[in-house]
Amino acid sequence: MSYLDYQVAETPRGIRKILYLNWPLVFLLAAVASVGFLMLYSVAGGNINTWARPQMERFAVGMAAMIALGFVPIWFWRGISVFAYMACLALLFAVDLFGQIGMGAQRWIDLGPIRLQPSELMKIALVLMLAAYYDWLDLSKVSHPVWVLVPVVLILIPTGLVLQQPDLGTSLLLLMGGGIVMFAAGVSLWYFGAVIAAGVGLIWTVLESRGTSWQLLHDYQFRRIDTFLDPSSDPLGAGYNITQAQIALGSGGWSGRGFMQGTQSRLNFLPEKETDFIFTTLAEEFGFIGAGSLLLLYTLIVGFCLYSALTNRDRFSSLLTIGVASTFFLFFAINMGMVMGLLPVVGVPLPLVSYGGTAMMILLMAFGMVQSAHVHRPR
Amino acid sequence: MRKSPKDVIDSARIVSRRGIMLGAAQAAVIGTLGWRMRSMQLDHADEYRLLSDGNSIKIRLLPPVRGLLHDRNGRVIAGNEQNYRATITRESAGDVEQVIARLRKLVAMSDEEAAELLETISKRSAITPVSIGDHLSWDEFSSIAVNAPALPGVQPESVLSRVYPQGGDFAHVLGYVGRVSDYDLSKMEDPDPVLMLPEFQFGKVGVENKLEPILRGRAGTRKVEVNAAGREMRELSRQEGQQGATVQMTLDAGLQNYAVQRLGEESAAAVVIDVTNGDIMAIASAPVFDPNLFVRGISSADYRALMEHDHRPLADKTVQGVYPPGSTFKMATLLAGLDAGLINGGTSYFCNGALEVAGRKFHCWSRGGHGHVNPVESLQKSCDVFYYETARAVGIDRIAAMARRLGMGVEHDLPMSAVATGIAPDKAWKNDRYGKPWVVGDSLNASIGQGYVLASPLQLAVMTARVATGREVKPRLVRAIDGVPEPQPEFADLGIDARHLDVARRGMDAVMNSSAGTARSSRIVADEWRMAGKTGTSQVRNITAAERARGVIRNEQLPWNRRDHALFVCYAPFDAPRYAVSVVVEHGGGGSAVAAPIARDILLYALAGGVPPLTAYPDGQRAGIEEMHRQMRLISPMAGAGGTRTRA
Repeated sequence: MSYLDYQVAETPRGIRKILYLNWPLVFLLAAVASVGFLMLYSVAGGNINTWARPQMERFAVGMAAMIALGFVPIWFWRGISVFAYMACLALLFAVDLFGQIGMGAQRWIDLGPIRLQPSELMKIALVLMLAAYYDWLDLSKVSHPVWVLVPVVLILIPTGLVLQQPDLGTSLLLLMGGGIVMFAAGVSLWYFGAVIAAGVGLIWTVLESRGTSWQLLHDYQFRRIDTFLDPSSDPLGAGYNITQAQIALGSGGWSGRGFMQGTQSRLNFLPEKETDFIFTTLAEEFGFIGAGSLLLLYTLIVGFCLYSALTNRDRFSSLLTIGVASTFFLFFAINMGMVMGLLPVVGVPLPLVSYGGTAMMILLMAFGMVQSAHVHRPR
Repeated sequence: MRKSPKDVIDSARIVSRRGIMLGAAQAAVIGTLGWRMRSMQLDHADEYRLLSDGNSIKIRLLPPVRGLLHDRNGRVIAGNEQNYRATITRESAGDVEQVIARLRKLVAMSDEEAAELLETISKRSAITPVSIGDHLSWDEFSSIAVNAPALPGVQPESVLSRVYPQGGDFAHVLGYVGRVSDYDLSKMEDPDPVLMLPEFQFGKVGVENKLEPILRGRAGTRKVEVNAAGREMRELSRQEGQQGATVQMTLDAGLQNYAVQRLGEESAAAVVIDVTNGDIMAIASAPVFDPNLFVRGISSADYRALMEHDHRPLADKTVQGVYPPGSTFKMATLLAGLDAGLINGGTSYFCNGALEVAGRKFHCWSRGGHGHVNPVESLQKSCDVFYYETARAVGIDRIAAMARRLGMGVEHDLPMSAVATGIAPDKAWKNDRYGKPWVVGDSLNASIGQGYVLASPLQLAVMTARVATGREVKPRLVRAIDGVPEPQPEFADLGIDARHLDVARRGMDAVMNSSAGTARSSRIVADEWRMAGKTGTSQVRNITAAERARGVIRNEQLPWNRRDHALFVCYAPFDAPRYAVSVVVEHGGGGSAVAAPIARDILLYALAGGVPPLTAYPDGQRAGIEEMHRQMRLISPMAGAGGTRTRA
């Protein structure tokens, strides 16, 4: 059922929309973000101004934006999806051409006061675009090769651009996020089987390419793979980070070493302790109880989103919600898997907890659309 | 485009089915994460906790404070002083060369020193602190501390360093401490970890070396928390070490100082023993060197100067140096003869200036001869022929046995480096050493302390003490450790007939106090300190027949290193012996002229417990003595020093 079929009169209007927001989701997001404030306060050595305060300010703005976006009718988002996707694509091209070099990779674009990271925006725009595409596409054509090729191209263009920067983590997120939306839309499982097979083949090829003239990854990326497979092979070099992260995590034990008592973070053994590795500080200081609680909060967020999606009869809303929730899921699963040594080190922050304005703002805007879908569901 | 109601239903069903599949897959992933978390944090928490503590908790050693050395009156003769210094650790420094370059703006450092430092840093392990400079001035030290942020890896610290307040006075006996070298470590089995601390000092030679185990003390430990850069964040716990023991030596700083100055620039040695308990009151080797130079790391120029000095200032002549004792050995020969019953107090030999034995002529120092000589006169006049005759009668083995009983040719157990045993030769010894049979001429030479006989100044002092007391006086250097006095030794009787000892003592008295005594000019005129002694002049070359025909060459005409050694042994007071003194002046010339006055002056200082009254000296010498004392820079005697010196 498309929005034209809605009994528009049945959707809540004006300020009453606030009653129809997905409030559990709001509280869960706030709870996760609070864990982040606490940890940012801790890793700053008890200084609130270093990271915690700016993070709180951005979160407040982001929450307001989320609720505001939740008030915007869902059909508006569908209407701008193609434009949003094209705009992000243009920005990605722009970054490739004039972007700022940061951390050895071209990721930023400087727009005066704002330093924009189009690859972050693209994660949401791609979900938006694919949800709109499948909402538009006739259900019977979903698994038709031609109509499968279209979203594949839609996914691969930004993925390729991000890989150029180079940012392996984000490009994998785009690939997986897009794939999940396609999966949820009902694309035949055979395609996924084929892609997984191809992926395995590609990984094999990539590993084989090492040291040859057609090497497909940078040396540092290969080294990260080595390090992932055996962190102890280079305990003071690339493996240092992951070894120290695991020590911090494991030493937390059941109840942790106490707030601000984590030696690994406090004494700077942990790398990037306020961003990608912040989870290890939580695990070190609050132990299994703390780390498990955060995992539970994340699970509940994804669960509430999925429930909202599955009970929503609007296809665009469902797919958008699933896409956002899955992207969110990918963020924390990859980050936690990385610090626990289950995945190689890819630069993926812990959503809502790691220090970083852009990522949090974009994530909260995406949840704003999820709220919009929740509020404006067909009744 | 409108969609049929069926579409909508299908769509919802498909999305729901796929959504549930997706949810299940995500739940599986979350489950895996949770399981991994549980495994790491619950099952393996202890291992990770250990690794975490290993990261951040380091055990640092607290170097123990080295024990002090006191003289017998409590004066510190080896102490500790604050030493401001700085160390650098390569790991924390990062760009070592840059840090050194910055450092050189704060601390005076030559290009060579800087290059040497860089080399040392590169050789040591990255986490071992290397000393940048010892004995920094307070200004340098504080400027390093102030500029710490620009000097990563540089640690200013204030440690205790050994200092010898009496300078060179005790250089030979106490030795000195120095940095532990890799060579030192390689010689040790299971070395104390504290020795690996940068610039830790340990005893290299002398008492410092021999008493190292009790002087070093025990290291304490500090558990500290360090950050990833190795910087110390806080101290978690501290276990204090134990300071090394304070050792009170038998030495008397005032007497030692006097002896050193009295020996002056001669290449000489003097030993003073308290005959009642074996306490070594002074043991001086000259010329001296400043042991503080070695503590701070002696410059190669200074070291070369010491090594090339022909008076060998670094050698400890008191215990390492062995000399033909010359006529000071005659007491041993005399007592051997008396003890064997082959001569007695009334025995008389005729000296006509030489004795011909086995076709060889053995000369007396007096070419004209001494006529009839009895035992007392033999010492008084130091007649050689008397001893040739005695040796011929007694044989070398009994002489050597007596020498050993008197403490020569045996080792004395003292905490000093390379204590020489000397040689009291006998037939077996010569056979072992040279594979040749002993001949009677060897006995004759040995009887007057020449030939194979060698003794150290310490042994000569011990011999004198034993003759003076008739007891087996054993020298000792340590009086008390940490306030606990060493047991007062009870010396065994030597088993020499008192009448025989009396003959020897009367002979030594006659040397000093009879009109024909060889050392009469060095006598003490104060009756309560009446002194007995024996001169010795030992040849360091053979006098050829041709030389003898030309007449004895005067020592002054010879190059320094071919002149005779001058020796003198003595004790006082004659009636109740208290101190025995031996003096050896290498290539000094005649014992009576050179060694005897030195020995007398040192003995008098010991007896008087300070600068002696001029009335104790023979009349004509007082002005000269007074002038000499005025020119000495003597240290003030300790308050109550006289009291502690008297017998308890």
